[in-house]
Amino acid sequence: MAAVAQTTEQVLELERYKHGFVSEIDQEFAPKGLSEATVRFISAKKGEPEWMLEWRLEAYRRWLALEEPTWARVGYPKIDYQDAYYYAAPKEKTGPKSLDEVDPELLAVYEKLGISLKEQEVLAGVEGAPRYAVDAVFDSVSVVTTFKKELSAAGVIFCSMSEAIRDHGDLVRQYLGSVVPQSDNYFACLNSAVFSDGSFVYVPPGVRCPMELSTYFRINAAESGQFERTLIIADKGAYVSYLEGCTAPMRDENQLHAAVVELVVLDDAEIKYSTVQNWYPGDKEGRGGIYNFVTKRADCRGDRSKVSWTQVETGSAITWKYPSCVLRGEGSSGEFYSIAITNNRQQADTGTKMIHLGANTRSRIIAKGISAGHSSSTYRGLVSAHPKAKGARNFTQCDSLLIGKHCAAHTTPYIEARNASAKFEHEATTTRLSDDQLFYAMQRGLSQEEAVQLLVNGFVKDVLQELPMEFAVEAQKLVAISLEGSVG
Amino acid sequence: MLSIRNLSVAVEDKPILSGLSLDVPAGEVHAIMGPNGAGKSTLSYALAGKPGYEVTGGSAALDGADLLALDPSERAAKGLFLSFQYPIEIPGVPALTFLRTALNAQHKARGEAEISAPDFLRLVRGKAAALKMDFDMLKRSLNVGFSGGEKKRMEILQMAVLSPRLAILDETDSGLDIDALRIVSEGVNAMRAPDRAMLVITHYQRLLDYIRPDKVHVLSAGTIVASGGPELALELEREGYDKYVKAAA
Ligand SMILES: Nc1ncnc2c1ncn2[C@@H]1O[C@H](COP(=O)(O)OP(=O)(O)OP(=O)(O)O)[C@@H](O)[C@H]1O
Ligand SMILES: [Mg+2]
Repeated sequence: MAAVAQTTEQVLELERYKHGFVSEIDQEFAPKGLSEATVRFISAKKGEPEWMLEWRLEAYRRWLALEEPTWARVGYPKIDYQDAYYYAAPKEKTGPKSLDEVDPELLAVYEKLGISLKEQEVLAGVEGAPRYAVDAVFDSVSVVTTFKKELSAAGVIFCSMSEAIRDHGDLVRQYLGSVVPQSDNYFACLNSAVFSDGSFVYVPPGVRCPMELSTYFRINAAESGQFERTLIIADKGAYVSYLEGCTAPMRDENQLHAAVVELVVLDDAEIKYSTVQNWYPGDKEGRGGIYNFVTKRADCRGDRSKVSWTQVETGSAITWKYPSCVLRGEGSSGEFYSIAITNNRQQADTGTKMIHLGANTRSRIIAKGISAGHSSSTYRGLVSAHPKAKGARNFTQCDSLLIGKHCAAHTTPYIEARNASAKFEHEATTTRLSDDQLFYAMQRGLSQEEAVQLLVNGFVKDVLQELPMEFAVEAQKLVAISLEGSVG
Repeated sequence: MLSIRNLSVAVEDKPILSGLSLDVPAGEVHAIMGPNGAGKSTLSYALAGKPGYEVTGGSAALDGADLLALDPSERAAKGLFLSFQYPIEIPGVPALTFLRTALNAQHKARGEAEISAPDFLRLVRGKAAALKMDFDMLKRSLNVGFSGGEKKRMEILQMAVLSPRLAILDETDSGLDIDALRIVSEGVNAMRAPDRAMLVITHYQRLLDYIRPDKVHVLSAGTIVASGGPELALELEREGYDKYVKAAA
C-alpha cells in the first residue's frame, strides 16, 4: 500500500516537472575537479586564443582567494567544488555548421522541450511556427544557433560565446568582464575561470534586431555544473529583445549553475532581457534540484540608454540572483519586473540593484514573490543614488503572496540617496491568499486549483504583461504548474 | 427543489443553527427575515459549503442530491448560487475574466461545451445593459474599489450570467439606492422561472414590494420560528421581531 502511494507520488512528481527526463547522449567530460589543469583543458577543448586562456587563469587564481558568500537568506550544505565536472559536451568532432549536422538525438531533446529549432518550417512560414532565433546550450556547449543568415543581413551577430571568441575576438576582448569583472563575486569569478559557453549578441548602431533572440539552456549530464556566459552589446540607437529559458533533468543530487550575463547599452540603445527560469526545483522533501547562483548586470553606459529585466523564476532548489542596472549615462533608465515562486522546500533570495550614477536617471522595480509549501522567499533590493545623480528617480513595488501556513516571505530593501534631489518611492505589501477569496471563486464554480490559479494570475499580472506575448502564455502555465497542490 | 431537514451548524464549536427545516419548491421565491445575528448568513454559507461552517446534524438536498457531500464548486455546478452579503474583492482579476472562468468551469463540470468569447461577450453585454451597468466597469478588477451598491449589482449580474437553479440572495437590497433597488429587483424578477427557486434574505419589506415572495419565513436564534404568506412580512414591519425572539428564547 505504502509502495503504491509512493509510486503514485513519484509519477505525480514526474508529471509536475515535465522537463525532468535525462537524455542518453554520448558525452565527453573534463576530468573531475577544479584546478589550473581543468581551466587549461576547457580552453584547449575550445581552441581558444592565448589571451582568453590567460583571462581564465587569472580569474581562477583570484577565485582561490575568495570566500563563498553567506549573507543571503538561503541554507545549503557546503559545496565540494572538487566533486563535480566542469565541462560536459555532446561528443562531436567540431561544432556543427548547420542543423543537418546536429545529432538527431539532441534535436529530439529540444523537440521534447517544446522548442522548435526547425528553421525550415519557420522560413517556410508554417502556421504557428515561432519567429525567434534560438541558440541552444546543452550542458557546456552551444549546439545550434538558428536564423543566422537573416540576422547577419541586418548586421546582427548572434552566436555562441565560443564562436564569438574565435570570430569576433576584438568585440569580446573589448567588452568581456567590463560589466561583471572577474572577481566581482565568488560565483562570477568561478564562472570567469571555467565558463563553457553561452550566447553572444552584438547589435550595430541604429539597428533594431528584426526578431526576438532566445537562448535555451539545458543541464543534462550528472554531477556536472553549468557555467554559461552571455554577453549582449547594443550599440548606439540599437534595440534587441532577448529571452532565456532553462530546464534540467530530475536528479537526487544538487547541481550548480553559476552563470554570468553582461549587458552593455550605449547611447539611445535598449535591451529587453527576459528569463523564464525553470531549473529542476528538487522534490517535495527538498532532495535534488539546481543551485542557481547567477550574476546578471547591465551597464547603461550611454545617455538615454534603457534596460529592462523581466524574470519568471519558478525552478531551482536555491535561487541567488540580482539582475542589476548601472545607470551611468545621463537620462538612462532601468526596469526590473520579477515573479519569484517558491514551493515545497525551495529557497529564493532574489531582487535587483539600481545604481544611479548619471543625472536624471530613472528606475522602476516591480517584484512579486509567491511562497507556498515550506518554502522561503526573500526580496533583496538596493537602490542608490550617487552625488552626481541629480534628479534620480526610483519607484519600487514589492508584493508578497503567501499560500498556506508554513512558508515565509521577507523583504530587504536597501536605499542610499547621496544627493537631496533624488526621489525614491517604495511600496510593499504582504498578503496571504485569503480563504474568503478562494471560497468566493469556488462558489462561482471554480475548482480549488482553478481558484488559486486565477487569484495568483491576478497577483502577477503586472509582471506577466511585460513578457513578450508568446512567452507570457507559457509563463502563466508555468506559474500554475509550480503551485499545483499548494493549497488544501 | 431545495429541501433542508433538521439542519444544525456550528462555527468554531459554537452552535449557530439548530434543527432548521425548510422546503423551497421549484418555481417559488421564499423570503427569510430575522433579527441580526439570527443565523441567516450562516444558513447561506452552510448551504454553499463555506469552510469552517461545520454541519453537526441534518441534511440539505438540491434536486434530490445531497448538497452537504459536495465541495463548493460542485454545488455551484449543480446550480447553487449565493449572492454574498459582503462581496469579496479580487485584485488583478477583471470582472469579465472572473465571470468567464466561472461560467466555463461550470460548463466543464457539467460536461457542456465551453462558451466562445463572442458568445460570452454578447451574453454579458445583454445582462449588464438590463441591469443598467456600465460595461467598462467589468474590465476593472472584480469588486476592487466598487461602491457598496455596485458590488451588489455585480452579484446580480453574475447570477444572471451563471443562470443558477437555486439562487440565495443574502441582503442584496442593503446598500442599494432607490433606483438601483428597482432595477435589481426587476433583474431578479426576470429570472423567476418554473425550474428555478430563490431564497431571498432581507430585513426590509420594501424589497418584497418588488419581489413578491410566495412564502415568508422568520429565522430567529438559529431556527425557523414562523412561516406564512407575504402578509407575514407586513406584520413584521409593523410589530418587529419581539414576539418571535421571545418565542425562541
Ligand atoms: N467565526 C465565528 N465565531 C463565532 N461566532 C460567529 C462566527 N461567525 C458567525 N458567528 C455568530 O453567528 C451568529 C449568526 O451570524 P449570521 O451572520 O449568520 O447572522 P445574520 O442572521 O446573517 O445577521 P445579519 O442580519 O446581521 O446579517 C452571530 O451571532 C455571529 O456573531
Ligand atoms: Mg447576514
